[in-house]
Amino acid sequence: MHDGIVLDQVELTLGTAGFLFDCGIESGAITAIAGPSGAGKSTLLNLIAGFEQPRSGRLVIAGSEHTRRHPAERPISLVFQDHNLFAHLDIFTNVALGVSPSMRLTAADRANVDDALTRVGLGGFGRRMPGSLSGGERQRAAFARALVRRRPVLLLDEPFASLDPDLRVQMAKLLVDLHQETGNTVVIVTHDRDEIRRVADRVLVVEQGRIARHLRKAEFFDRTEPSAAGM
Amino acid sequence: MVQTIAERRRSLGAGIAALLAVALFVGTAVATLLLWDGDQSASRLFSAYTWRILQFTLWQATLSTLLSVLFAIPVALSLTRRPEFPGRVWIVRLMALPMGLPALVGALGLVGIWGRQGIVNGGLAAIGLEQPVSIYGLTGILLAHTFFNIPLAVRLLLAALERQPAEYWLLSAGLGMRPLSVFRFVEWPALRRVIPGVAGLIFMLCATSFTLVLVLGGGPAATTLEVAIYQALRFDFDPPRAIALAFLQIALTGAIIGLIALLPAATDTVRAAGRKIRRFDGQTANTRLWDAAIVAAAVFFIAAPLASVLAAGLRADLVKLVTGSLFLRAAATSLSIAIAAGMIAVSASLAIVSARQAIAALPARSRPMRLLSTSLAGTSSLVLLVPPVVLGTGWFLVLRPFGDVGLFAPYLVALINALMALPFVMRVLEPALDEHTRQISRLAASLGMTGWPKWRLVDLPVLLRPMLTALSFAMALSLGDLGAVALFGSSDLITLPWLVYSTLSSYRTNDADGLALILGFVCLALTILGTAGDKENENA
Amino acid sequence: MRGISTFLLAAAAAAFAPFAAEAQDKTLTVYTYESFISDWGPGPKIKAEFEKTCACTVNFVGVADGVALLTRLKLEGAGTKADIALGLDTSLISEAKATGLFQHAGVDTGMVEVPGGYSDDTFIPYDYGHFAVVYDTETIKNPPKSLKDLVEGDASQKIVIEDPRTSTPGLGLLLWMKSVYGDKAPEAWSKLKDRVLTVTPGWSEAYGLFTKGEVPMVLSYTTSPAYHMVEEKSDRYQAASFSEGHYVQIEVAGILKDARDPDLAKSFLTFLISPQAQDIIPTTNWMMPVAATTNPLPDAFGKLIQPKKTLLLGSDEVAKNRQAWIDEWLTAMSRN
Repeated sequence: MHDGIVLDQVELTLGTAGFLFDCGIESGAITAIAGPSGAGKSTLLNLIAGFEQPRSGRLVIAGSEHTRRHPAERPISLVFQDHNLFAHLDIFTNVALGVSPSMRLTAADRANVDDALTRVGLGGFGRRMPGSLSGGERQRAAFARALVRRRPVLLLDEPFASLDPDLRVQMAKLLVDLHQETGNTVVIVTHDRDEIRRVADRVLVVEQGRIARHLRKAEFFDRTEPSAAGM
Repeated sequence: MVQTIAERRRSLGAGIAALLAVALFVGTAVATLLLWDGDQSASRLFSAYTWRILQFTLWQATLSTLLSVLFAIPVALSLTRRPEFPGRVWIVRLMALPMGLPALVGALGLVGIWGRQGIVNGGLAAIGLEQPVSIYGLTGILLAHTFFNIPLAVRLLLAALERQPAEYWLLSAGLGMRPLSVFRFVEWPALRRVIPGVAGLIFMLCATSFTLVLVLGGGPAATTLEVAIYQALRFDFDPPRAIALAFLQIALTGAIIGLIALLPAATDTVRAAGRKIRRFDGQTANTRLWDAAIVAAAVFFIAAPLASVLAAGLRADLVKLVTGSLFLRAAATSLSIAIAAGMIAVSASLAIVSARQAIAALPARSRPMRLLSTSLAGTSSLVLLVPPVVLGTGWFLVLRPFGDVGLFAPYLVALINALMALPFVMRVLEPALDEHTRQISRLAASLGMTGWPKWRLVDLPVLLRPMLTALSFAMALSLGDLGAVALFGSSDLITLPWLVYSTLSSYRTNDADGLALILGFVCLALTILGTAGDKENENA
Repeated sequence: MRGISTFLLAAAAAAFAPFAAEAQDKTLTVYTYESFISDWGPGPKIKAEFEKTCACTVNFVGVADGVALLTRLKLEGAGTKADIALGLDTSLISEAKATGLFQHAGVDTGMVEVPGGYSDDTFIPYDYGHFAVVYDTETIKNPPKSLKDLVEGDASQKIVIEDPRTSTPGLGLLLWMKSVYGDKAPEAWSKLKDRVLTVTPGWSEAYGLFTKGEVPMVLSYTTSPAYHMVEEKSDRYQAASFSEGHYVQIEVAGILKDARDPDLAKSFLTFLISPQAQDIIPTTNWMMPVAATTNPLPDAFGKLIQPKKTLLLGSDEVAKNRQAWIDEWLTAMSRN
């Protein structure tokens, strides 16, 4: 049995676009989803997250079937490109919602939240409002929430796309560090070849609604022309 | 926001001009009435009677506001939770209809459903309850005010909820929030930002209510200040007393709205990404059932009285009515006035909002600038409290020396209607304009776009839809308005609501029902225009 | 932004192009109430008939009702464009005279006959109607036979009345009660209160509620059933005859002091009480004629109740006490 994520002949139609995904995503690794715009990278992520329902096929996450499960019931944490934090709630609350979506927190939970904030470099930021943070800091807070959720799978939808290049390098390092601590399965949609180089162990190339290739990082950079892949 | 000094100056200038125009328009009317050399005195102003109607005015307005907002919240939540279902856009449009109905038409529609012979009491009698439920009294007033204002509140609250970033709903689902948590952490904060404004608006509408309070109030114990002002001016012709009462109304209602505005409201700093809203929370059978029940109840509450207007109207000979020359004239007049009023209201709102934006963008806001910003906001909302009969009578006196007032009347009525529509138009345009400015001001500034080219290429295409919505809002209001016309009434100025009343006062109840129905259809058409292509948001 | 505002304002102004002034050489301007000049009111016919005889143009200006008419005149003062004010009623005459805006009409009212013995040389009556409780025969089998019956009768049979603060019929009922009960009027009002379903701002709202079947009785006129008999061929709505008598509303017209052409104005008033014009009134204004008509009234008018006694308080007395009586009414009706 596969510990990671298995998409078994997962089929879906959105408007006129048809999608068929059939692949396995390795447990405990960072897998980048690359491919041209509109190929279906985000759709693949949405299928795993439960924001799209397949017409047919099976979705298995960490050994159990989740094809028809509600997003909340899947062992998953999510980070979007933007709006990961509720702007009207402070950072602590935003992170703590990952522990208890009704904010019933024990003292230990609170300590965990503070600890997670410290680990992402936001120690002491708990009372700040998202609006007063930089874009990078807000994404760090989103990571902290993923940390406290302790889900085996972390899905990231172009999480660093709106950050400047220096910050991307820092954030990529943070992602890798956190991954090494938790050993969870990470799936990251990205446009950025450098980012793939920095974080990914494996690369899924999506083209025209299908998995075109599933490669190790080294293979990916060997086989693709420098300018063609992932853009 | 990035602006050149010239742009800022222009925005401020337009805002100040709009403010001055409003102040001058209201001030002239009030001053003229105050200077009127009447032989009566205002000595009776603070009698026990005044005190009693003041209490009643505020009490019924408070209750009406609370109920309207309280019931609108679950409806708006359910509608947001179900962003796509067949007929949803029509339900949202339905919410725009009561606004355009003349109060009397709405009242008769309500009586058809909730009255002693209405279907509700008919149903109760059928199951053996002999004693009919009487709506006359406070119950009737509250019923009517909620009928007119729940839809308004739903539309404004819905717009606020739909302005939330689509990611919020995905995150709530992803985090496994239950409906109560979603309400606490996502929905309520969004609602809290707009509820003070919505409540203030409804409070003003209810505090200045006239026909509904009298027709359904059951007796003179139910009297608002507006009735007293009307009486003072129209029946007793005592301008000083009317003005004193009007000041009382503005001061007290204004103070309460000020208090509402003081409620803590976080500022809206989120910028919606325009991603389509999809909801994965609240998909259990229970929430589905709840949403269906809530939406169905709201639709029944709003649609039933309208259906009763429809049923009554269909009994009239509609073809004969719409081809009558009087009707055609009234329709042409009403539409001209409505278009003019709508355009004036929209232009004035644009000027006021851009002036406020310009002030907000100033690096350091001086006290006069802050004061200006507050007056701009205050004027545009409180103007609803100035009774149209005061404006009409005042301007009548001003214009009389310059010729036939009948000639000025349509312009005056259009201006008065525009003024009354200003608070509504502002509520639609302000968020849209703020959002637009946030998105484009840097880009436009970096490209050096200003003035007309910027307006034509950048602003108009984006703002056209909210402007149309605001315009249809204002036009519906103007179409349904009777008050401003009443005094001028000359053979040159017959509007549709005026025709409804005048038909009714000639015993022709059937024709009046038919005309009311036609008026309803015109408002519906306007609403469709205002919500055309309405899929994502901004449907207030 | 300013560019667009100017543009919009210009567009708004253009929208009003249809409102153009009209000028005529010999014009008679008559201020009246709206329903008088509506398509189905007497106005258009009277205008047409009179214009045949006078080589002039009658220009009607309609305001909401008789009260608004007086207010409008007060607002306009001596500069008013009105030559004639048509549609004041007896309770307003004193106030109207106090404005000093009217002149003696100088019209021969010899053939005019109105109940209650009204006569005045400034304000010429052109129609009248007795106030009456009109009831729905499908709901009410035993209508009240007197004001006393109404006041003390079954409180579950409701009536809708008009507000004396905002309407003339409302004021009419107030004066009716005062004529019958005198100082005991407040007590009578407190008794009647339980029977009053609601108090509407004007006649239209009250009558609308009545014909919608919401309430079986309404304060209206003895002539109201004639409309339903003539226009709807229905006997369903009838007026109740009250033994104490009925308060009368007499509608009058007067000539303004500054009338441009007093002779023309005078000839209009003379025409107004001529058989020709009186023929038009009953089936358009649904009121009784004040003088002989050329044709007999429609049969329906013969079936109307004939008040045995006409009640009418002097206009001065009304003007003097109106406020106090309204206060009395308010107190009695607001009590719980």
